[in-house]
Amino acid sequence: MSLELPLDDAPRERPLTIYELTESARQVLERAFPAVWVEGEVSNFVRQSSGHWYFTLKDKQAEVRCAMFRGDNRRLPTEPENGLKVFGRGRLTVYGARGAMQFVVKDLVATTEGGFHAIALERARRALEKDGLLDPARKRPLPPFPRVIGMVTSPDGAAWRDVVAVIARRWPMVELVLVPARVQGDDAPRDLCRALALADRYARLDVLIVGRGGGSKEDLRAFDDEQVARAVAASRVPTISAVGHETDVTLTDLVADVRAATPSAAAEKAVPDRLELLRYLASLEAGLGTAAGRRLEAAGARLAHARSRMAGAVTSRVREAERRLGQAMLRMRAACESRAALRRADTERLAASLDALSPLKVLDRGYSVARDGAGRVLRRVADFPSGLGFRLRVVDGEVGARAEMPT
Amino acid sequence: MSTPRGTTPEGPTPSLQADLARLEAIVRALEAQDVDLDQALALFEEGVGRLRDARERLAAAELRLKQLREAAGGGAEVDDQAGGPGA
Repeated sequence: MSLELPLDDAPRERPLTIYELTESARQVLERAFPAVWVEGEVSNFVRQSSGHWYFTLKDKQAEVRCAMFRGDNRRLPTEPENGLKVFGRGRLTVYGARGAMQFVVKDLVATTEGGFHAIALERARRALEKDGLLDPARKRPLPPFPRVIGMVTSPDGAAWRDVVAVIARRWPMVELVLVPARVQGDDAPRDLCRALALADRYARLDVLIVGRGGGSKEDLRAFDDEQVARAVAASRVPTISAVGHETDVTLTDLVADVRAATPSAAAEKAVPDRLELLRYLASLEAGLGTAAGRRLEAAGARLAHARSRMAGAVTSRVREAERRLGQAMLRMRAACESRAALRRADTERLAASLDALSPLKVLDRGYSVARDGAGRVLRRVADFPSGLGFRLRVVDGEVGARAEMPT
Repeated sequence: MSTPRGTTPEGPTPSLQADLARLEAIVRALEAQDVDLDQALALFEEGVGRLRDARERLAAAELRLKQLREAAGGGAEVDDQAGGPGA
């Protein structure tokens, strides 16, 4: 390759300045090399206070000094560590101030699986672990009957709608407080942290759900942000994390007190099920009836036993006890306005006596009921002035009738 | 602005929790059979009352939707949110 130097071949009247030399070299190099991808291993990584990165890329035979400026490296989720194998795309140039050849990197890709995001994630996970935030012993139980439930999520997302629907169905006796936040995009982590801090300042919450519906790995990335995870871990009230679908596990999931596979599942974990509780109440009611009934039966059996063994002299005391037992049974029945305790042996007998009292039963035996036009029941002779038209209710219907002069 | 962790203002739900705990205790006491008849009946009557209260609490329910926002002075305030579960 023959380089075309931007210099005259003719002898010069004065020597080149160093700047002229390096600047010429820079122009030659930059013209000769388009943007290229290189593959190498990172070493001597330094992050300047200016935000620019400086490092060396090397392979077995050679190395090149590299710079990656802040405007470019800010797109990466984390810094490379020394020893990391990367692909870098950039341009070769000369850094005149040092007289050094430099590769200015525009894009950097880690060759490891998951790239820089996986590295950033692992780094954040280790930092959280170091601070004890992943310790299972930190996990707090959820309140069994929360009154106020907060949710940090997007107001427009499916997650909020799902949580509202599930809680409306299972346990509609709560206040559900939306804490709106952006859940994806570059500013999502900052906005999530702000919303989490806001939720924490609201003293009435009993439990806090944080999450969003399903999306691409990239969409869920804000929930892998270390600061977001720290904000969740700092919550005063127990937290439930619900991000994406079953298979998505984020840092937020790891630090929350409870991880739910989806927002709907989070809602199910947050509240009990009203129907289930009603069933449980019914079982308690049955238990109450059975236990009280057994208690009375046991007392009755003891009395019967006593009566059979006792002479006349003490019969009156047994009678007194029996009277009290009878009263107790009445009180129990009176207290028991609800079905289950009556449902036992009493039910059939009760149904039978109700049936016996039913007016239809009476009519069936040949009686009938007379009513005037207003529906008033006519009971006495005086209710039947001569000529009065009335209706007679018999067992299978009604017939019209008219009163005649009594004979 | 800050409430100690774990405290909640008095409300209907703690009573539901109390009702349930008391009901369970009553059933256990009745099953243990070491209470006398009058006590057993008093427990039974109380149990029936607690059951009724618990059911009433579960029946009188309406989901309330709110939205939290920053308040002046750095606090947090809720607004009623339009649109219930059906919206």
